[in-house]
Amino acid sequence: MSRREGLEISAACAEAVALADVDVIAAYPITPQTHIVEHLARKVADGLLDAEYILAESEHSAMSCCIGSSAAGARTFTATAGPGLALMSEMLFVASGLRLPVVMALVNRTLSSPLSIWGDQSDVMSVRDCGWIVFFAENGQEVFDMTIQAFRIAEDERVLFPAMVCLDGFHLSHLVEPVEILDREEVDSFLPPYNPKYRLDPHNPTTMGAFAPPEFFSEIKKRQDEELRSSYHVILEVWGEWEKRFGRSYAPLSQYRSEDAEVILLMAGAFAGTARLAIDRLREKGLRVGLASLKLWRPFPREYLVDALGRAEVVCVVDRALSVGGAGGPIANELRAAFHDVADCPRVVSFVAGLSGRDIMVEGFMEMMEKALSYARDEEMPYYEMYGVRE
Amino acid sequence: MSNLQGWKDINHACMVFHPGNASEYHTGDWRSMRPVIDREKCIKCRICWAFCPDAAVRIGENGEYHIDYDYCKGCGICAYECPREAIEMIEEC
Ligand code: SF4
Ligand code: SF4
Repeated sequence: MSRREGLEISAACAEAVALADVDVIAAYPITPQTHIVEHLARKVADGLLDAEYILAESEHSAMSCCIGSSAAGARTFTATAGPGLALMSEMLFVASGLRLPVVMALVNRTLSSPLSIWGDQSDVMSVRDCGWIVFFAENGQEVFDMTIQAFRIAEDERVLFPAMVCLDGFHLSHLVEPVEILDREEVDSFLPPYNPKYRLDPHNPTTMGAFAPPEFFSEIKKRQDEELRSSYHVILEVWGEWEKRFGRSYAPLSQYRSEDAEVILLMAGAFAGTARLAIDRLREKGLRVGLASLKLWRPFPREYLVDALGRAEVVCVVDRALSVGGAGGPIANELRAAFHDVADCPRVVSFVAGLSGRDIMVEGFMEMMEKALSYARDEEMPYYEMYGVRE
Repeated sequence: MSNLQGWKDINHACMVFHPGNASEYHTGDWRSMRPVIDREKCIKCRICWAFCPDAAVRIGENGEYHIDYDYCKGCGICAYECPREAIEMIEEC
């Protein structure tokens, strides 16, 4: 039987990893690391989890260890955050290119400078094109669920891609929430032991990570891209099974009061919780507004977004990441690209807000949605606005 | 390039299921300069053989030195190291 427990969300993530019966955890334990690997290290040290815990000498090495252990056929996990992700970024591309189903919890924190380790999503946006499956969790339960789902999806023979579960630094990682923790039988029934189709085996030698000359590189990347895109169907299938077994549903977007909305607020992560209150307040004032909280970032659910958001007049995208010198917030940009050949599509208004731990209050979301509506009806719409910045 | 594999036929993750096949890839194609040994000058000291980073200097049954042009990349190290200036680098045409 599952149990409901008040847990720091980092601990809930560690519980999920332990229930997934992971074989290898490799991590670099320094700020900006979180309690996730600390909890796991303790479980291994206390004999509660039969896994190898590798203390790497850097984040780059941590991901390299993960690549090696996953290539050898071990179920592998790591966690990192902000600058740690930046240091491992070279190896993220390798893990995806080698199609190794490593699972990572990414606690979203900002990238310096100025020096800061508060939360925002600039870390994950800096590795948008690394070829991982990327999920965004909104609360502790989703962190727990998505972590277990990530192993199942990543290891599916039709997928074989690394997957990361993003959770907001501090606003999720350090928050205590009630979380329903599944028991061992429940998790085992959903997540079979990892039985790798491809692995390094001295009795049946293969080469992983061979070099590719220019006449082959594009074909190899094309296959990787097509197969990451088609993992979408497996993700939906696994989510469907999760809902049947455990009653909690998952989709590329979690929508709130958006069916008849003129203005839909789109964002990813924990702040969507606050945004729901803003939706209720604006509805009371008679404005037809709704929320769409993004759960799946890669593979990019283009058609799903076009379908779900296409009927609105305005999509107000709040990005917690700045594309310095770019054309707008990262999620807003991709949504605009998704709509580029869709007739009568909504206007996409881009706000960048909540950088480096700065809160966005209910009133803030209300103001952004109201502004988005007036920008959308005004020809002079800026292509992005940094919300709340002092002049 | 039509005889090369299309993306659907590429191995999963570009894996090589028959390792040790680097010898099938003739890196000599990369060469722009070709080393030529003057057997009159060569004293069979093995220095070129020892220095060649591609193991492309071969010693024949009668002890004569020759270059395996399938793998020689034309780096010129052998010519630089040869104490008798017995190796000349000539342009590939
Ligand atoms: S040119 Fe370079 S590769 Fe060729 S035989 Fe001499 S040392 Fe070896
Ligand atoms: S280094 Fe020169 S002299 Fe010595 S074996 Fe090679 S070609 Fe002959």
